[in-house]
Amino acid sequence: MLNLDRKDTLTFMFVIVVTLLAPFVMNPFPEASALAQFNAGYPDLMQRFVIFGIFAIGFNILFGLTGYLSFGHAAFLGVGSYAAVWMFKLLSMNIIPAIALSVVVAGVFSLVIGFISLRRSGIYFSILTLAFAQMSFSLAYSVLTPITNGETGLQLTLDDPRVLDGANTTGGLPVTNLFGLEMREVVSLDVAGWSFNFSAGYYVCAVLMLIAFYLSMRIFRSPFGLMLRAIKTNQTRLNYTGLNSRPYTLAAFVISGMYAGLAGGLLAAMDPLAGAERMQWTASGEVVLMTILGGAGTLLGPLLGAAFIKYFENIFSKINDTVLHSWFSFMPDSIDNFLVTIIHPFVGKGWHLTLGLTFMLIVIFLPGGLVDGGTRVWNRITGRNRNQLDVAADPKPAE
Amino acid sequence: MDAILLQILNGLDKGSAYALIALGLTLIFGTLGVVNFAHGALFMIGAFCAVTLQKILSISTVTIDPTKTDFLGNPRQVKTPLVESWFGEAAGQAIINWSVPLAILFAIPIMLAIGYVMERGLIRHFYKRPHADQILVTFGLAIVLQEIIKAFYGANPIPTPAPDLFRGSFDFGVLIGYAQNAIIYPYWRLVYFAFSALIIGLVFAFLQFTTFGMVVRAGMADRETVGLLGINIDRRFTIMFGLAAVVAGLAGVMYTPINSPNYHMGMDFLVLSFVVVVVGGMGSLGGAVLAGFLLGILESFASMNGVKGFFEAIYLPSIDQIVIYLVAIIVLLTRPRGLLGRKGVMEE
Repeated sequence: MLNLDRKDTLTFMFVIVVTLLAPFVMNPFPEASALAQFNAGYPDLMQRFVIFGIFAIGFNILFGLTGYLSFGHAAFLGVGSYAAVWMFKLLSMNIIPAIALSVVVAGVFSLVIGFISLRRSGIYFSILTLAFAQMSFSLAYSVLTPITNGETGLQLTLDDPRVLDGANTTGGLPVTNLFGLEMREVVSLDVAGWSFNFSAGYYVCAVLMLIAFYLSMRIFRSPFGLMLRAIKTNQTRLNYTGLNSRPYTLAAFVISGMYAGLAGGLLAAMDPLAGAERMQWTASGEVVLMTILGGAGTLLGPLLGAAFIKYFENIFSKINDTVLHSWFSFMPDSIDNFLVTIIHPFVGKGWHLTLGLTFMLIVIFLPGGLVDGGTRVWNRITGRNRNQLDVAADPKPAE
Repeated sequence: MDAILLQILNGLDKGSAYALIALGLTLIFGTLGVVNFAHGALFMIGAFCAVTLQKILSISTVTIDPTKTDFLGNPRQVKTPLVESWFGEAAGQAIINWSVPLAILFAIPIMLAIGYVMERGLIRHFYKRPHADQILVTFGLAIVLQEIIKAFYGANPIPTPAPDLFRGSFDFGVLIGYAQNAIIYPYWRLVYFAFSALIIGLVFAFLQFTTFGMVVRAGMADRETVGLLGINIDRRFTIMFGLAAVVAGLAGVMYTPINSPNYHMGMDFLVLSFVVVVVGGMGSLGGAVLAGFLLGILESFASMNGVKGFFEAIYLPSIDQIVIYLVAIIVLLTRPRGLLGRKGVMEE
């Protein structure tokens, strides 16, 4: 089906089902229960899951498949956001032109940067992309203020032209929509203590994510994808066969840049503002973390990694001492206090510590990421030989 | 002319910091072949060594002085730092006042230990792994170190003043025959420059004039042959890693009076230091130092009004923000092995 083999069709179906049923899947605990804070089924967080999923899927095409480690991908995300907000300001609050423009602008931008950066590989490529991204970040903060609105960030105002929309009579800021369907619209379904939220914005993002996922799957299985894998495995040997690998790497770079632009456009479509901090190198680092954590070079890995990091960012950082005390309150006071003191640095404001530790452990012991770990466990259970697995989980970059 | 001299001086202190960090990075890369993204964190830990020493020195005993009262009429609490009660008031105050320079002695063993543990515990397992893995694991380590410091010291910058003797500025121009007030320069920045020049000199002398250094240089050139000659090169490289950590740490200690340390200062410097290493040439110690000072000075030149105006006139605005990256891009594209890089080292 859909030109995919059986295994891929199953994977794709699995992703479709989980994505569409996310409001149920992410809300396993009843509203009133003590575990309700582990629910992730609210629109804002679910949107982030899929948007950063798109970002990581795109990054994976460059890093996981081609082996080029870019440390400046957030620049494309930022550019996409700015383009989308400008469309909202000038043309219309409909998200279609905004997202289209953000993809195109990010594509052109990545074409320029990729054309220059891809002349080098290995660590030099990483430094070049990092330099370009930091330059874009500084410029967005300083000189380009007329376009980016500097530190404040680009926002909608009441007197924006919006030529396609009618005159704004509501007196408030208009809302992003898809032909009238407002992005912030949420339908709640209450079933016996559970409360499920269906957000219009989430489903728009989810559909785009599924398309993006399908495309990346086709790229993985195509002759083009095979060529990218060849570049990752041994670029020198490929060059000696008389093949110019540059067009392929550039294509991969632009595709992943466009994915990042799409993610940026969607971020702006869900919440129409754009700031320069989205382009900073820590943001680029985050997408690297997501891809590695999930499993670079695998199909599901980036999605998993993005969801994992965004989930912990939101849920872990909400756990404070009061919550911890309420968990351990059944124990004697001294043990309770002791446990809280131990756990305290790792949750709440300190969740980055947990993230860093998890990340280190993954890189040290499980270079294939969570997906690799999952397959290993699965093979241990079913007793299948590990050698039969596809070698896609080997994240060795081009040197 | 005096304006140009002023910019050169202004660039020196940042340039010194870049040069010291880049020197350590290159030392690690040249010996172990590891790209260490946690080096900025070592710089930051050095700075927090100074903070810690300052805190330790100002641990006080609180006594109530019945002869004095505060504005509410209560007897006033008098805090006496322990060092003052041990060494007498004058000596104690002098020790507290000189806490930043004293922190050098405090930081050396700590940084050496941290570097040793880091190399033996983590980096050692990454010699054979691809550079991307090394970057990623040290990046993770940098996050962890940064968060640990944040958990202990909070997120706000902690002011650590220089000794009274070096506070304030002096008129550098008068010394070399310019008009008064033409070149005003803070004392501590000059100290910082002199200090880093000393450290760089010591590192080079150590590598050049000692047997240990000779072996290390031989190992950098051809590790396998040195190993075959029956020398335990790994142990020496571990010590070099510790040394690189000390250099970064000392750069951090002395930088505290210039910029109050906070937990993310390491990351801010790391990105630029990497650019410096690449511009200087991966694996070239001289190149790292040269590029560090060059880029520091270049950065301060680009912030001159005249230069800025010129670049704005040719539609390249706010050149001071991007000049380092611009130079890095140009150097990487035209001369991939960097300014002083040896032929064939990571030249791809």
